[in-house]
Amino acid sequence: MKKNILTALLLLISVGLQAQEKGTLLIKNGTVLTITNGIKENSDVLIKDGKIQKIGTGLKAPSGADVIDAKGMYVMPGIIDAHSHIALSAINEATSPVTAEVSTGDAVNPLDIAIYRALAGGVTLSHAMHGSANAIGGQCETIKHRYGTVDPEELKMKGAPRTIKFALGENPTRVHGSGNGILPRTRMGVEEVFRNSFSEANEYMAGWNEYNAKKNQKSFKGVAPKYDLRLETLADILKGNIIIHCHSYRADEIYMLMQVCKDYGIKRLVFQHVNEGFKVAPELAEFGAMASVFSDWWAYKFEVYYSTAYNATILTENNVVTSINSDSRELIRHLYHEAAKTQKYGSLPNDKALSLITINPAKQLGIDDRVGSLEEGKEGDVAIFKNHPLSIYAVPMYTIVDGIVEFDRENDPADMRIYPNPEEQIDVTIAVSDSEYDRCMQDTEFLFNH
Amino acid sequence: MIKNILCAGAVFMAFAGYAQSSKGKSGTFALTNATIETVTNGAIQNGTVVISEGKITAAGTAVTVPSGAEIIDCTGHVIYPGMIEGGSRLGLTEVNSDARTRDFSEIGEVIPQIQALTAVNPNSVLIPVTRVSGVTTSLALPSGGMFPGTAALINLHGYTPDQMYAGFKGIVLNYPQSGRRGRFDRRTDEEINEAAEKALKNLNETWGKLAEYHKLDSTITASGSNEKLDYYPEMEALLPVYRGEMTLLIEVNASNDIRSAIDWVKDKNLKVIFTGVSEGWRVAKELAEANIPVVTGPVLSVPTREYDRYDRPYANPGLMQKAGVKVAIRNNGAENVRNLPYDAGFAATYGMGREEALKAVTINSAEIFGLEKELGSIEVGKIANLFIADGDVFETKTQVKHVFIAGWQIPMESRHTKLYDEFLERSPGVKK
Repeated sequence: MKKNILTALLLLISVGLQAQEKGTLLIKNGTVLTITNGIKENSDVLIKDGKIQKIGTGLKAPSGADVIDAKGMYVMPGIIDAHSHIALSAINEATSPVTAEVSTGDAVNPLDIAIYRALAGGVTLSHAMHGSANAIGGQCETIKHRYGTVDPEELKMKGAPRTIKFALGENPTRVHGSGNGILPRTRMGVEEVFRNSFSEANEYMAGWNEYNAKKNQKSFKGVAPKYDLRLETLADILKGNIIIHCHSYRADEIYMLMQVCKDYGIKRLVFQHVNEGFKVAPELAEFGAMASVFSDWWAYKFEVYYSTAYNATILTENNVVTSINSDSRELIRHLYHEAAKTQKYGSLPNDKALSLITINPAKQLGIDDRVGSLEEGKEGDVAIFKNHPLSIYAVPMYTIVDGIVEFDRENDPADMRIYPNPEEQIDVTIAVSDSEYDRCMQDTEFLFNH
Repeated sequence: MIKNILCAGAVFMAFAGYAQSSKGKSGTFALTNATIETVTNGAIQNGTVVISEGKITAAGTAVTVPSGAEIIDCTGHVIYPGMIEGGSRLGLTEVNSDARTRDFSEIGEVIPQIQALTAVNPNSVLIPVTRVSGVTTSLALPSGGMFPGTAALINLHGYTPDQMYAGFKGIVLNYPQSGRRGRFDRRTDEEINEAAEKALKNLNETWGKLAEYHKLDSTITASGSNEKLDYYPEMEALLPVYRGEMTLLIEVNASNDIRSAIDWVKDKNLKVIFTGVSEGWRVAKELAEANIPVVTGPVLSVPTREYDRYDRPYANPGLMQKAGVKVAIRNNGAENVRNLPYDAGFAATYGMGREEALKAVTINSAEIFGLEKELGSIEVGKIANLFIADGDVFETKTQVKHVFIAGWQIPMESRHTKLYDEFLERSPGVKK
């Protein structure tokens, strides 16, 4: 035990230092699945100072650079999870139907072992989302899996667009309507929350606009409107500065939010879960709304009883930009397998299936100019597999973030905790169960215990 | 008015019949030109399987197709025995968040007489979704207290629980847990230890009563007396377990608990299966020495401890199998029991190998449940539970083309396929 702690401390120091750098690395002789530019057999990928400098053949490693021989292996962009709650010490500010003012960015936990386990499944980046208790939840954080740092700020992907969690259906109505006896109790009420909030935000903006227009006039005697972070955030949504990521299941509620957004001129809209998205796929495509779905989750609650595992395929074939997400500490470890299920359910070709966990989630997070494909100039986030990533026999071998090897199957020790609790006497043994469903509702148990 | 109601009733029934599923089809079938994965006798190329009266009546290369048989050409396809799922809530729950549809957990600590089979809903929408993936059989598993009831193996076709019953029942024991049950278990170390000791004490007390009940019952029987014991359904249900005539399914996961359970069953002369066994790899040698078979899973799960290697749950079945334990794999879910081949596929990839992983969802499960003469392989005389796939059963992209359960050809449709058919090209589309 003592030895373990010592090793872990050493690890803490070594990985901690490493994570602050941008790496230089040559990946040689792999089958390169670029996603946006076809497959390049027997090719090299050179990452310099964290960025992909060159994809080609016979590339030379700069002196001192690490080299990975990927002969017989598949090299693909780091997998992106557009819906996750790992690396967060709090999920739900379930105290009001509208909590636009809070941010999961204030609750990032870099010590979460789930980050490493996600890396071990080739996942380099995730969208650390607020939960689904509120119709308008908190803002979310896009994080890179720079495991080993103890500084929450280092996980954050600087420059990634702001995002916010919305939620429709059973969760907000259960928490606020049934739980607290306030609106929304129904899907009618959920719409009302949005319309009220955006209307207030419009008034708020108008107040500020008026003040800003007049404040420099000599005759002006007024005072500034009261600053309100909640309304500031909602105003930023109306201005197009924040992407809405909305927890949703049923076709009618999905349709409703599109109508609300049309009325308020909001264009950047991604639906999450979207189990019945397939029923309104033409409308989603016409709006330009995107969809981030489960591969096959259904029937765990009533609003997902009329679901189909063919959802991702139907959406894709109807030209909706679709991703497959995890929403789970377990599932995030094998998103490559989840993407492969679209080949069982709808026979999607390899490139489309892989897009669901790479370039498409990147588009949904507004970071497709930086990650999501292997292209020169993009960030050096790479996953290397033995066997094709869509095969059941796929094994992630290396995972690289910004040119730094964050996961190495052959060489990593078993215990990858950054901070083991030295006072822990009794082993924590997690009972195997699938009660993990809907982590979106984590931190809300207290609401239903009275 | 009466006529109207009758009429409406008829319409409703017709609609319900249609909305649920097409009918299965029985008869004599010849599956020709197939690769046959017999599981017990290797793979046969270009072979034929004949199904008649619910049984496999021929399998091999020199097979005469009976006249009148419906021929299914399986060129390029593979015939596998139906997969057997070793412990789930399939049939016992419909929409898991809705208590009104949860029938797997009854009130009471010692209620072994409670029958899972009773609550199996043959018309669950989840069942067709499962079987079209080649899972033909599953174990309906009650959960809850110490002895939460009797589990039952079911075939995933039939209109009554008895039609579905596949021939195995076992009484479930949730073995006392000694560890912390996860990050949200806020009890102190003392509270945890006390609770574990108390739970073991309760188990032993119950077992002591059972020993007493057995003695009384045996004495009465031996004396040929007409005397009857007082109505005591719990003990009545446990008696065959005590006498080694009925299987005890012991749910146990943490390594300390597995050791304790091995110790507990020693010298009791019981028919025992350990289930769960998520830390089996830690005590694989002891499990093998104790000669206790295991139904483990889900394989797609997180490590039980934060400091364990990330892939331990994937490797667990293989590590136990290599140590000499007989291993079957379960999915342990409900609506996604169809993912059983992926639980086995990950086990195959992470050390178990394809051949052993296939056994772990077919013949091993059959042997563990005492049904090796009926299920688990393609052999003449066995019940015709099988499916035909266009490739490797574990590969994610593989399509299952046909499924037979007890000789019935199953319609290859479910809510999921029907919604796909309706909505891939929705009509009307975006405009009216």
